[in-house]
Amino acid sequence: MGSHGIKDRVAIVGMGCTPFVEHWDRGTDDLLIEATTEAFANAGVDKEQVDAYWLGTAQSGMSGLTLAKPLQLQGKPVTRVENMCATGSDALRQAAYAVASGAYDVAMAVGVEKVKDGGFQGLNAFPIPGDGTARTLTAAAMFSMVVPAYGDKYGVSEAEMRDVLSHIAAKNHYNGARNPRAQFRKEIAPEKISAMPKLAGQLGVFDCAGVADGAAAAIVVRAEDAHLYTDKPLYIKALSLVAGNGSGVIDPEYDYTTFREIAACAEDAYRQAGVRNPREELAMAEVHDCFTPTELVLMEDLRFADRGTAWKDVLAGAFDLGGRLPVNPDGGLKSFGHPVGASGLRMMFEAWLQLRDEAPAERRIPADGRKLALTHNLGGYPGDMVSFISILGSEIG
Amino acid sequence: MTTDGTAVSTGRGILGYGAYLPYRRLDRKTIAAVAGTGGGKGTRTVASFDEDTTTLGVEAARNTLRATPEIHPRALLFATVAPAYADRTNATAMHAALRLDGSVPAMDATGSVRSAAGLLRLALDGAGASLVVGADIRVGLPGSGDEAAGGDGAAALLVGGPADGPVLAEYLGGASATAEFVDRWRTPGDVRSKLWEEKFGENNYLAAGRQAWTDALKATGLTADQVDHAVIAGLHGRAVAGLGRRLGVREGVLGDDLAATVGNTGAAHPGLLLSATLENAGPGEVVALVVLSDGAEVFLFRTTDALAAYRPTRTVAEQIAGGAPLPYGKYLAWRGLLPVEPPRRPEPARTSSSAAVRSVEWKYGFVGSRDRESGAVHLPPQRVSMTGGNVDDMEPVPTADVLGTVKTFTVDRMAYSPSPPVVFAVVDFDNGGRLPIELTDMDATEVAIGDRVEPTFRRLGSADGIHNYFWKARPVRTARAAEEA
Repeated sequence: MGSHGIKDRVAIVGMGCTPFVEHWDRGTDDLLIEATTEAFANAGVDKEQVDAYWLGTAQSGMSGLTLAKPLQLQGKPVTRVENMCATGSDALRQAAYAVASGAYDVAMAVGVEKVKDGGFQGLNAFPIPGDGTARTLTAAAMFSMVVPAYGDKYGVSEAEMRDVLSHIAAKNHYNGARNPRAQFRKEIAPEKISAMPKLAGQLGVFDCAGVADGAAAAIVVRAEDAHLYTDKPLYIKALSLVAGNGSGVIDPEYDYTTFREIAACAEDAYRQAGVRNPREELAMAEVHDCFTPTELVLMEDLRFADRGTAWKDVLAGAFDLGGRLPVNPDGGLKSFGHPVGASGLRMMFEAWLQLRDEAPAERRIPADGRKLALTHNLGGYPGDMVSFISILGSEIG
Repeated sequence: MTTDGTAVSTGRGILGYGAYLPYRRLDRKTIAAVAGTGGGKGTRTVASFDEDTTTLGVEAARNTLRATPEIHPRALLFATVAPAYADRTNATAMHAALRLDGSVPAMDATGSVRSAAGLLRLALDGAGASLVVGADIRVGLPGSGDEAAGGDGAAALLVGGPADGPVLAEYLGGASATAEFVDRWRTPGDVRSKLWEEKFGENNYLAAGRQAWTDALKATGLTADQVDHAVIAGLHGRAVAGLGRRLGVREGVLGDDLAATVGNTGAAHPGLLLSATLENAGPGEVVALVVLSDGAEVFLFRTTDALAAYRPTRTVAEQIAGGAPLPYGKYLAWRGLLPVEPPRRPEPARTSSSAAVRSVEWKYGFVGSRDRESGAVHLPPQRVSMTGGNVDDMEPVPTADVLGTVKTFTVDRMAYSPSPPVVFAVVDFDNGGRLPIELTDMDATEVAIGDRVEPTFRRLGSADGIHNYFWKARPVRTARAAEEA
């Protein structure tokens, strides 16, 4: 028994990512075609050369047919993957493991979500028949409970917490303003973020990720074959997934200042990748900033900061574009919105650009020799979530 | 009209009583400013948007059963003018929420205030302990007399004999006067009741009431001046007041009809008035309950020495003294009389009947489970323990009567609710369980970490006509708070 990972055995050799916006003029099929076309071109392959496909979508389609039909795949295995907000990431994980197993030479992971055909604002989960006793709170409300809990535990005043959360949002919008694929491309002053009316707890609209349509895709091959497709592959160092048991919600010991699933996932991922000091070794991280307090707690669960200190590091700019460890250099969910099935692969797309020195100069992370990027997704709520972490690197070893 | 006074010597009577008045109050003087007419002095009680007659009845029954823990009712009889469902029984949801044994029959009598008096009479005439619950939500068109005069509430009387438990008030006998005259009527589903000329009903009620009163006194060998407490319930205000003047009882014997504070709670009113009377009665006193509805029903009781030891879970008096104002606009919206724009969120899907059956102990009874090995409490119950992984080794943890403390909370202005915003709290219950649960009967600005709350049975919503019953939590405000302190 053991979680051994597949460090340096599989590489990403091509990626594609559509703009994440309200695509009123594009359907799921269009988004899938655009993301995969870019990825095929990047890797210099066509759809026939890809041996197997994994499609991640939370609720834009059922089964592999959702991808096979628009791409007109002939006789290919296509699996639909769903794992809440980690859906796209998990599609990549399955494609990578399939290649590592030797079952296929070339595999593709695609994530897509067409959210804006629902007619409602926000993300709305597909209703599963039940006894009517399940919580009906919005995700914003669930995550808002982190704010007073964190403030109380670490003696951070309400005003200081507000400054911390606004710094996180302003930082992500600063980065997103420099990303042509992002939905929101305007810098927003922290004062404006702080002044917004509250939607849930102390969270205003700028504390919440938006909603958008989008798709992203990655092609993976065995590491030793990578240079057949690209000069600058990204090697998979770690893929970790933890589905929680939901106990945080009903366990009186849980205090809403940490996400246990993510701490466990990080430990597994760092072990797979051989990372001892993520603060020093990672060049960047893309994390699941669905709400500003989520990103704050993630900094500690991912060990980017010591317990109870991330708020100080945030204010000091440690995670800003030019900081000690840039977090969400592409603008994050905050700037992109969150097409559930696509977000995880969108994060990897940023790692693809940054580690290959292809990110535009105005949002390029400092070139200081670090070669690793971390992407992180979560799905669910405090106490009841799935967590995904990937670590990718531009060099073997 | 037929009359038949009856004296009884079975020793049966009232074993327990309890009432439930919802938290909100409508100030009647706020009505005319909007409706252009109607209103008046005083306040009326208003059921919350998440309450219906079934949940009101459950709360009253819980109050009664908590005060009589040794007595196990062998029948649940539920009367209301405003049933939550037609074509199926409402008392069965109450039965489930009260966790009564499956062999205990539960049935409804609906349609009129007289149903409540009828069930009380059946229980007094019957055998074994019966829980007689009356609940109502009284409505009328904006500006109407019924709107102003009505009130919402519930009462639960536990009826039985000495073999079932200490009798607080022995039933001495009574009389019925049944009469057919159409002075008030409503087509099922309508908000509005229509009325014949007031004098017509008054005359008929006075005749029936006086006849039944005389017959009841005669049958029990009592005279009017031997009656120590008398209360009259009925929807015809003038007839109720008129009969009061004609009973011939001593000065001060006629009890408050609660019109000024609660309003007329319809099928709940007989039990509510009797509860309020017993709260203030001494031992060995004669109590008369008169119900004017399609005739008259008279019940005569004599209180016993056991009454002094009875501790209502919540007195009517303290519930009247509690409560908080509700703007008239919100009242209209809650009753569906002022359709307001719903939240722009998908409406919840209907509750799965088959899933609800599987979780009936949780959904209705609020019973979690405790791992026998680790002691970990699971709300809702689970088969596999979250601590240690023990499988199918859990004992039930009833939580409906367990208080809890707000650990943290949030105000959700986006979640779908019939009356946003939703206030949700992570509550640590005193039995070791934790549950994130919706709070009710409070304002969003009122909640604080450390607040004490208690479970309350509510209707979360309705979809496709299926009512979704489950538990919320409300601040501990009444006697229990004092008890704790």
